[in-house]
Amino acid sequence: MLAPAPPVLSVDNLTVDALTPEGAKRVLDGVSFELAAGETLCLAGESGSGKSVTSLSVMRLLPKASLRIVAGSIKLQGRELTTLSDRAMRQVRGGDVAMIFQEPMTSLNPVIRIGDQLTEAIRTHQEIGEADARRAALAMLDAVHIAEPARRLTQYPHELSGGMRQRVMIGMALSCRPKVLIADEPTTALDVTVQAQILRLMRELKAEFGTSIVLITHDMGVVAEMADRVAVMKAGRIVETGPAVDVFETPREAYTRELIAAVPRLGARAGTDGPPRVTAEPAAPPAASTRPVLEVRDLAVEYGGSSGWFGRKAGVAAVHGVSFTVEPGRTLGLVGESGSGKSTTGKAVLGLVPFSGAVSIDGTAVAGLSPRAMRPVRRLAQMIFQDPYASLDPRMTVGAAIAEPLVIHGIGAAADRRDQVAELLRRVGLTPDVASRYPHEFSGGQRQRVCIARALALRPKLIVADESVAALDVSVRARVLDLMLELQETMGLAYLFISHDMAVVERMCHHVAVMRAGRIVEAGTRRAVFENPSDPYTRELIAAVPIPDPRNRGRQMAPAG
Amino acid sequence: MAELLLRRIGGAILILFGVAAVTFVLLYWLPADPAVQLAGRSATAQTVANIRRELGLDQPLPIQFLTYLGNLIQGDLGRSYTQKTEVETLILARLPATLILMACGILVEVVLGLVFGIIAALNRGGFVDRAVMTMSFVGVSAPQFVVALFFLYIFAATLGWFPMSGFGTVNHVILPATTLGVLGAGWYARMVRSAMIDVLAQDYVRTARAKGLSETRVIFRHALPNALLPIIAMIGIDIGQFMSGVVVVEAVYGWPGIGQLAWQAIQQVDIPIIMGVTLTSALAIVTGNLVADLVAPLVDPRIRAR
Repeated sequence: MLAPAPPVLSVDNLTVDALTPEGAKRVLDGVSFELAAGETLCLAGESGSGKSVTSLSVMRLLPKASLRIVAGSIKLQGRELTTLSDRAMRQVRGGDVAMIFQEPMTSLNPVIRIGDQLTEAIRTHQEIGEADARRAALAMLDAVHIAEPARRLTQYPHELSGGMRQRVMIGMALSCRPKVLIADEPTTALDVTVQAQILRLMRELKAEFGTSIVLITHDMGVVAEMADRVAVMKAGRIVETGPAVDVFETPREAYTRELIAAVPRLGARAGTDGPPRVTAEPAAPPAASTRPVLEVRDLAVEYGGSSGWFGRKAGVAAVHGVSFTVEPGRTLGLVGESGSGKSTTGKAVLGLVPFSGAVSIDGTAVAGLSPRAMRPVRRLAQMIFQDPYASLDPRMTVGAAIAEPLVIHGIGAAADRRDQVAELLRRVGLTPDVASRYPHEFSGGQRQRVCIARALALRPKLIVADESVAALDVSVRARVLDLMLELQETMGLAYLFISHDMAVVERMCHHVAVMRAGRIVEAGTRRAVFENPSDPYTRELIAAVPIPDPRNRGRQMAPAG
Repeated sequence: MAELLLRRIGGAILILFGVAAVTFVLLYWLPADPAVQLAGRSATAQTVANIRRELGLDQPLPIQFLTYLGNLIQGDLGRSYTQKTEVETLILARLPATLILMACGILVEVVLGLVFGIIAALNRGGFVDRAVMTMSFVGVSAPQFVVALFFLYIFAATLGWFPMSGFGTVNHVILPATTLGVLGAGWYARMVRSAMIDVLAQDYVRTARAKGLSETRVIFRHALPNALLPIIAMIGIDIGQFMSGVVVVEAVYGWPGIGQLAWQAIQQVDIPIIMGVTLTSALAIVTGNLVADLVAPLVDPRIRAR
């Protein structure tokens, strides 16, 4: 057997401290890994595990004021990076090691043309003239499969979609033929069909350019799709590392097993009609005997229309001719990609945006109701939002936040409300004594539990859950979903479950409506939609979901349709 | 673009009309009677009444206002009571001096504001940052006549670097322009600092660093243009600030601009001049805002799309 080739990148005992007012806090604790030539290594882990700090350390882009490398070495082809001068490091950055980021929407400079941003990267590392750099930029856009590359060069970032911007970022990163590409959650902010395209592009370019890739992701599905080797990170350490197939099939660490188990798998609920039962409660009463808790007919929402001095301006139709019903104790999943109108639909249902069409909640038509007449109807339908960090007032204790709907609707005396808040907190799996604490003392999952408690305070029949678990780590996400199922079983809640995540929708819903460009393209029971999709777009969506099984890799790489 | 321009010009005319109406009413309510002022202390009631009739001040207010508006539309701002000259002639003669002063003042405030704002942002939280912010606070808080007298005392009277007052050479403009610009510079330094801190934390700045660009290039090519966007709108609004400062500064430094003209007119209750200067200032402010709105899309491609 030949001696193994030396690694392109080797990180040894990397230790990073965060400088806080309370003193140094260790965020990376002896991280070591090696990246072989042409290999894809996935750093997998949940938020706070230190994966992004690791990648920023390699680039030496840690914010100086708050994070510091205190020990360890980072070697690029044997050259130590931690002690390199700033000038020499700048040549490494973008030249030998390039990086792409999670947010393609904000990662390009909004006031500089795409072409100038590309040529700038090229000319920083290569001694060539503007005309040659422009040709190279054009070739790069071509390599990342952007249509009309010549026109794109003269455009600004806001004229491109998120997927295209990420292609530009990849093109920019690879324009100097780096030895290592660090991709930090490169597809997390993208729609699932776009994610599939970008992952395919990265594999293709890896082969074409011979670049080694460090891929950082929280998504085990993406890991399975891309990784040659996996390093699982937790709390600043690598807890397990090995070839992808081994890590997925015979994980050694309990944490790895947990992480893999927590990933909802598409098709896991095949052959069943509803979500799994999580309590021993008797089954909910048959839905047919009661009227729908939500009925929507021909809903239309238009954005940006205005009437001014110069006549009425037509707006953009965000939702068009949407109709559905939600039965008591049932969940309707509204799935679609960004811009499909699913969130707008959810807001219109609660009367949060002006709409036309008919919406009735528990038999009461909502359109044209006076604010006073609307009040009792509002009690019946509540909402849980995506971002538990932004949807709680930081200066209000969680007890006050949960009690606020009761106060607004004038329900109960103060002592009464306190008891109710305590009961609600117990219901969502928190202890009543946390009522006096402030949101910043809670984790994301706990905050989302608080938001759920707040939504439950008015004993609603319907909850609109808009991407309610999208911002949570997978393991936390699974527990919050279980809580929602439990509440449905014990309280007979109906959910309008809005999500872009096909696997989560499959787990949670009885019925599914697939939205695209403001319309429902396919609707039916979950079983029908997932097991026998009739619309090509639904099939495309299902096919694009990465499967957490490295042996099944490339399944969706086959051309769709 | 043409529609925007038309709309804004229509709005500007409305604003000028409003300014004219409000100023007219306020001046009418003034306890000082221009006719008495003109006639002098020893004049008889008859003389005062004659002067009043001559100036049209005996007419009811709405008639006076309509007459004024009618003349205004024809480009006639009326005659000065005291100087017996057309107001537009007086203003046009003095406008260039004021425009020079304002242009220099804006230059001072923008340059000082940018330089100190950027320096503070790059040294965020450090000694330099705190020193700059303290200085800007002083600049923002100091009344302009105090700054003017302070400058005169130090740089003109004591050090003798600049003339005390007058007009004509570059040396003459430095002290008044700096006095005028100090207040704005304080605001700008604060705004540029917070805008820069904000922009330096953006993802695209991280991208620029990840490309291997030098820190200078990151700051001046990637961060600064983005930080300037809110400042440009501010310059338009600033012209209004400037017009009030101009009156004080021109009076203290003996600068022969429309500020000084207004200063004298107020003392003499010369209503046509006060009206004329007020409308000129209003026009300047409206124009300044319009220019800022027209320049913004040149700097920010995202606004161009709309």
